[in-house]
Amino acid sequence: MNRIRKAFENGKAFIGFLTGGDPNIECSEEFIGKMIEAGCDLVEIGIPFSDPIAEGPVIQGADLRALAAGTTTDDIFSLASKVRARYEDTALVVMTYLNPVYKYGYDRFFENCKKSGIDGIIVPDMPFEEKGEIQEIARKNDIAVISMIAPTSEERIRAIAEDADPNGFLYIVSSMGVTGMRSEIKTDLASIMQAVRSATDIPAAIGFGINTPEQAAKMARLADGVIVGSAIVRLAEQYGEKAGDAIFEYVKSMKKKMI
Amino acid sequence: MSRGRYGIHGGQYVPETLMNELIKLEKAYEFYKQDEEFNRELQTLLKEYAGRPSLLYYAEKMTKDLGGAKIYLKREDLNHTGSHKINNVLGQILLAKKMGKTRVIAETGAGQHGVATATAAALMGMECEIFMGKEDTDRQALNVYRMELLGAKVHPVMTGTQTLKDAVNEAMREWTARVDDTLYVLGSVMGPHPFPMIVRDFQSVISREAREQILLKEGKLPSAVVACVGGGSNAMGTFYHFIPDEGVRLIGCEAAGHGVHTDKNAATIANGTLGVFHGMKSYFCQNEYGQIAPVYSISAGLDYPGIGPEHAYLHDIGRAEYVPVTDEEAVEAFEYLARTEGIICAIESAHAVAHVRKIAPSMKPDESIIVCLSGRGDKDVAAIARYRGVDIHE
Repeated sequence: MNRIRKAFENGKAFIGFLTGGDPNIECSEEFIGKMIEAGCDLVEIGIPFSDPIAEGPVIQGADLRALAAGTTTDDIFSLASKVRARYEDTALVVMTYLNPVYKYGYDRFFENCKKSGIDGIIVPDMPFEEKGEIQEIARKNDIAVISMIAPTSEERIRAIAEDADPNGFLYIVSSMGVTGMRSEIKTDLASIMQAVRSATDIPAAIGFGINTPEQAAKMARLADGVIVGSAIVRLAEQYGEKAGDAIFEYVKSMKKKMI
Repeated sequence: MSRGRYGIHGGQYVPETLMNELIKLEKAYEFYKQDEEFNRELQTLLKEYAGRPSLLYYAEKMTKDLGGAKIYLKREDLNHTGSHKINNVLGQILLAKKMGKTRVIAETGAGQHGVATATAAALMGMECEIFMGKEDTDRQALNVYRMELLGAKVHPVMTGTQTLKDAVNEAMREWTARVDDTLYVLGSVMGPHPFPMIVRDFQSVISREAREQILLKEGKLPSAVVACVGGGSNAMGTFYHFIPDEGVRLIGCEAAGHGVHTDKNAATIANGTLGVFHGMKSYFCQNEYGQIAPVYSISAGLDYPGIGPEHAYLHDIGRAEYVPVTDEEAVEAFEYLARTEGIICAIESAHAVAHVRKIAPSMKPDESIIVCLSGRGDKDVAAIARYRGVDIHE
């Protein structure tokens, strides 16, 4: 079984995100270690982009800090390699916008993903209609392309779910708008999950807005996993280089509630 | 590959949240485009409200002074709100209304598109919010106040370079948060399909009129059609009906700022490379890792790191040429046109005038050039004074 699917075998999966290179690449390596030690089943590393249109202010800020620190796509590959050397079994996924991938060159990008031990990729500005951009090259390099489903997807859910990469998972966007912590999630996720389940057996994880253990518990009852980004990035913003322990405690508190 | 392609360019590179809305918009547009009542209403608005058709003015003094081809100015600056932006906005907001939307949002650079959107929203009873880079709200403070007078809420965008590109980012983010009652009225021939097509169609009224007008006046087609290009809406509108006329050179003038070889310009065709951004595949100013570059131009309306996908295609196939024009050349042309013809044009349009000054003298007197005066220059007077070191109190 591949590492992504295995991430969903340890109860409900906790998927933690951070922007690579915020506040610097050495800290990212340490923070990822803390996340994994605290029970994070799948780590999502953001490759910083100058204009992340699907992100709220917290992750936008992290992208800018990472770029200001000089972080490049190559740095993210070497970060992933180091994490992979220490943690053989934890699934690693990169999240970025299509332009950094396109400009790097699809072939070179996915070959480097493979060499660095990366298992999958999430591209928020590449909808179903455009996944032909990378699908074949990603598959050739055993990189799963993670498809996203949004509250507005409606009749598109079936097509997206049926066509999703079986080696990956489905990313269910919990709310309208951009990433960021929300006090309340109003979308009818139960019906979306029902439509997903009727179309595929691929695991589905819910993300966008989730930040409290109570929310994580609630979402974990609906889906196979929970994705948390802004809340972790917020800790990196707040504590800077010293955020490691806070991240560890936070991830632990979230995973504990997800049964 | 998805819909909305111009060669390899275009497409729909947006978050899944927006996909159904884009599909709905395309369907609505395809329906209303054929709808008699919609077209009648739009024609009435263009004629009675915007003041179309716009004049094709023979610039006799300029022609004599340059001593070559006859120069005609397509006077989009005389439209209501003072630029070509109203053509697209009336179409899109009428469409939004037919779709049952009650709110429109838009980005703006110089403020021309923001003012036009706020105007049409006021007229058609729509709620309106405008996103404008903080730097541009400072450069164009009067336009901010204009939009507010028209009942719009203006959000200064504090992220990134605080200019047009960041205003587009923020408008897109806002649209993903609220699609049900809201249409994002994109101001240029850019963004995800169907926007490049819709905006081009609504702006193509410029070349439909200009082609008829020049045939009446000259009895033959012009040798060249010239327009400034940021995202490229006035240029696309000015080129469109001339594209099949192979003998007509189509020339787009990009903002070269301090010069194409400096790090202060916005000349996308000269310096950009292929990329995927703001929903489209096209050319963008970016670094080797695909980070979008901060761009610069004296003109807030041309201060954009990309270019519409259809322009990218016209460039690829060699049908249109794109030339760089510096701040200094544009400012000189701005002053020249004011002195010579008594017309104060937008600094954006002055980029096109500057290029005409270069090419007209070597052309024959029986040839003609149409140059699009995309907007009027009242908004730029203070900035030009600053550029010339003149201290005026606004």
